[in-house]
Amino acid sequence: MSHLSSSVRSAAPATAQCATAKISILEATKIYAAKTGPVHALERVSADVYEREFVCILGPSGCGKTTLLWAMSGLHALTGGEILLDGQPVQGPRPDQVGVIFQEANLLPWRNLLENIEFPFEIKHQKVPRDLIVALLEQTGLAGFEHSFPRELSGGMQQRASIVRALAQAPSVLLMDEPFGALDAFTRDEMNLLLLRLWSESRQTIVFVTHNISEAIFLADRVLVLTPRPGRLARAFDIPLPRPRTVEMTFETEFLELMREIKGAVESGSRRTLEV
Amino acid sequence: MSQVPTELRDEIPTFEERPVAAEHGPIDWSALTHVQGARSALEVSVLIAIFAGIFFLLQGILDWTHTPTYVFPKPIETVKTFVNDFTTSELHSLSVTGSEFLAGLAIGSTAGLVLAALLTQKPFAEKVIAPYVLVMVTTPMLALVPLLRLLLGFGLWPIIITVALASGPMVMINATTGFRRTDLAKIALARSYGASTLQIFWKIRIPLALPMIVVGYMVGSIFGILTAVGSEMVAASNQGGLGKDLVYYASLGDMPQFGATILIVAILGVLIYIVFYLIGKRWASWEA
Repeated sequence: MSHLSSSVRSAAPATAQCATAKISILEATKIYAAKTGPVHALERVSADVYEREFVCILGPSGCGKTTLLWAMSGLHALTGGEILLDGQPVQGPRPDQVGVIFQEANLLPWRNLLENIEFPFEIKHQKVPRDLIVALLEQTGLAGFEHSFPRELSGGMQQRASIVRALAQAPSVLLMDEPFGALDAFTRDEMNLLLLRLWSESRQTIVFVTHNISEAIFLADRVLVLTPRPGRLARAFDIPLPRPRTVEMTFETEFLELMREIKGAVESGSRRTLEV
Repeated sequence: MSQVPTELRDEIPTFEERPVAAEHGPIDWSALTHVQGARSALEVSVLIAIFAGIFFLLQGILDWTHTPTYVFPKPIETVKTFVNDFTTSELHSLSVTGSEFLAGLAIGSTAGLVLAALLTQKPFAEKVIAPYVLVMVTTPMLALVPLLRLLLGFGLWPIIITVALASGPMVMINATTGFRRTDLAKIALARSYGASTLQIFWKIRIPLALPMIVVGYMVGSIFGILTAVGSEMVAASNQGGLGKDLVYYASLGDMPQFGATILIVAILGVLIYIVFYLIGKRWASWEA
């Protein structure tokens, strides 16, 4: 059990402007009891996410990215360690602060688009902010589709609707679990640009889980690389690319250099247990 | 999903032409609720032609062979009797059978739904109860009617109870299948917004189960109407009913009346089907 003693580097903030830790992950450990025996999903992962920062958690499938995100959202508990949100330990969902965006949109198929967006307000027994929703639908190009059902919309439109559903709650933290993983490359690029545009206006703290290296670099201020079985933090990369980001940047040397470096970290991480 | 490639869908600005019910969910209950209704003019005309063919062929054979009316009802006479006598004698029988059926279905399905909702929360209870439900589904409840007559007398209750026992388990097994479909992602979504267990039940589990519940009601009501008419044939209440009429007209050899009564039972069955078809279309079409 030598890996238990090895220290894991906690990532430092990219810039001085975001110095307060919004989310602190402290030695997060998660062990699932599977039929074949215990599965080590997360092993002592520690990291801080700073206020208004965009952090991507990157890693191959099975590295515990989603497990970590669900723990941050309070949807399931950790086996060990803890996660602090604004200094308070996360012990359950925090619907007033945190919005979760799931894989494959996760819209309710028996509700139309508008009813889906209103669903959280129904759960919370809150008044629906009509103007905000209209504005968000306008910004995401969904105006006119309010009464369409999810199966009548494309994957991209469904995921945009789920982003509107989350943003209408005005969360200070957005946790995104491979939201664009099921989309084709072109739609994914569009969605990334849309997300950055929305974020540049409202500046939530975003934690975005992905297995796509270029997506992670394109979006993030910082990329945390997790390695699989057990999931642990291999390295953290600052992404110094200027904002607003454009698709052209993805062809520049700096971007490609980062991709090469991060890909190396992911691969060496999967081969060996730890790479700091 | 639909035939339109996902990549193209973003480019298609309007969806006036909705992808119609040609798509099926993972469970193909479409045979029951999504009969591909005769839509085109050709389909409708062929449908009517088949009916007319059988109707007049039967009439022709019976006329040609000079079959007496006390042996087999002639279609034309049956329809005539149906039209002439409907308001007088048959309406009363229909209301008796109808109320037995509705009361029995209401009691049986409510019990079945509540049991399904409760049992699916406890896998152990579900495993222990399931064999008994299966026995109830497979045993013809008609057999209970004479016994219940002895116990409860000659009112409507013995038949109502039999109908409830026949339809309830059907609703229950289908509803159980529905409630067992737990979509963890959707439950997680509701929980991330702070939903309580009760809210998750009403806003996620019930809508998810609804298509299967509608199927349960459809199958259960078909079982129920069969049981109601059959029970009356075995031992009707002092009020009579369509089943008693069938036995009565058959014993008299009044075949046009007999045929007319069968016609009423058939129409009743189709009406029940249409009601649940429409309910399914309104409340559970998202799965189609």
